Amino acid sequence: MWAFINKLRSPKWFYAISAKLQPWFWAAALILIVTGTIWGLAFAPADYQQGNSFRIIYVHVPAAFLAQSIFVSMAVTGLVFMVWKIKIADMAATVMAPLGAAMTFIALFSGAVWGVPTWGTWWMWDARLTSMLILLFLYLGVIALRGAFASRDSASRAASVLAMVGVINIPIIKYSVEWWYTLHQPATFTVTGRVGMPMEMWLPLLIMVLGFYSFFIALVLTRTRSEILRRESNKRWVRELAEEAN
Amino acid sequence: MTASENSLSRAPAALREEPGGGLAVAVWATLKRDLLLMLRRRSEVLNPLVFFALVITLFPIGISPDPALLAAIAPGLLWVAALLAALLSLDSLFRADYDDGSLEQLLLTPQPLALLALAKVAVHWLLTGLPLALMAPVLGIMLSLPAGSYAVLAISLALGSASLSLIGAIGAALTVGLSRGGVLLSLLVLPLYIPVLIFGAGAVQAAILGDGVLAHLAILGALLALALSLAPLAIAASLRISING
Repeated sequence: MWAFINKLRSPKWFYAISAKLQPWFWAAALILIVTGTIWGLAFAPADYQQGNSFRIIYVHVPAAFLAQSIFVSMAVTGLVFMVWKIKIADMAATVMAPLGAAMTFIALFSGAVWGVPTWGTWWMWDARLTSMLILLFLYLGVIALRGAFASRDSASRAASVLAMVGVINIPIIKYSVEWWYTLHQPATFTVTGRVGMPMEMWLPLLIMVLGFYSFFIALVLTRTRSEILRRESNKRWVRELAEEAN
Repeated sequence: MTASENSLSRAPAALREEPGGGLAVAVWATLKRDLLLMLRRRSEVLNPLVFFALVITLFPIGISPDPALLAAIAPGLLWVAALLAALLSLDSLFRADYDDGSLEQLLLTPQPLALLALAKVAVHWLLTGLPLALMAPVLGIMLSLPAGSYAVLAISLALGSASLSLIGAIGAALTVGLSRGGVLLSLLVLPLYIPVLIFGAGAVQAAILGDGVLAHLAILGALLALALSLAPLAIAASLRISING
């Protein structure tokens, strides 16, 4: 365990290992998303109440899942960075924040588009849309705070603290907003519990969720590699790498 | 000379008086100093209250002077305006201490920074949150808030604003080192204020409808207990980041 953590301290080691890992995640993301999209859009049966408009959940639900998972990962990497001073963790957190904000925005936008045929309006102050909106503000806060500091080390530590404070607050916000108002349908997708939709609709959704997660991991690996090169550009191994490429 | 003695000798005079006095002395000295400083700068204490009254004045002008309409939205308006007033006063919470270097001295004391920061937040609540809570019923009359909810309004604001001060102090500590932290501070802190707003305004609404208000107040109390136990640690960590950066 400690040997592994010590290895993680070395950006060079991470750069090498991620080079081997990232093609697998990109391939998995591509296959799963293409399969899930075609299956979900063309072959899954239409909903008997909502017709074809329900198909937007194949984007909406995976994006909403990722939006929440990314914030938690950001807090975990923030904690790892604060406790063990592992620079890789902070680099990963840096590249995760915009991705998480983008996923939150996609979830909000697809929810709004779905709202037009279903509710007859673009926006409804319902519990889940509202807590998604608040999550978007939390993401924007973390990004803005990181950008506001002149020194990178302070920016990293401040963003880590804010991500940890945010992650403690997310469940509180979620439940207080739910208590405040519930108009949405109950959750449509659970991995354990009872499945609320037939298998032919649920399987492509599962594939899409897995595809989105693979995409997230692949993108974080790739972008963290660029971040390593950017931050370590004065190290010898990076210079040697650049000379080899030329 | 050992390391702890060395850092003790650099502490502000008030904290050095009794080298063996320990934590209670340090917290009391911080409380006394901050109270004294704030009472000497009276306008800083009064400004949030004037802001609160002003914002409340804007709503009847902007929406409608109709008492029935105002009464329906009064609980939310009063809570939101009080929340914004408390937010505006946060920027100055650590600013002066940061500028004149006494914040660094606070970091150097052998006492835990979290508890000293808690003392500063307590003073902030005492001179911002509590006056806002006491003033709210008067503004409630002007918004024709239904009778029977005035006490609940004041109690919920007093309880809730303590959580607001604690959560807001995290944001203030994170942004104190930045030259233009004001807008950023609101951006960081406002999303975290939402649960307090929901249950605070909910308590007043429940009182108007004649429902039980104890559940809301209990949750406000629970939020305060959580903030009281975790926020000082986050404030201390944030202050260290701002000082070293």
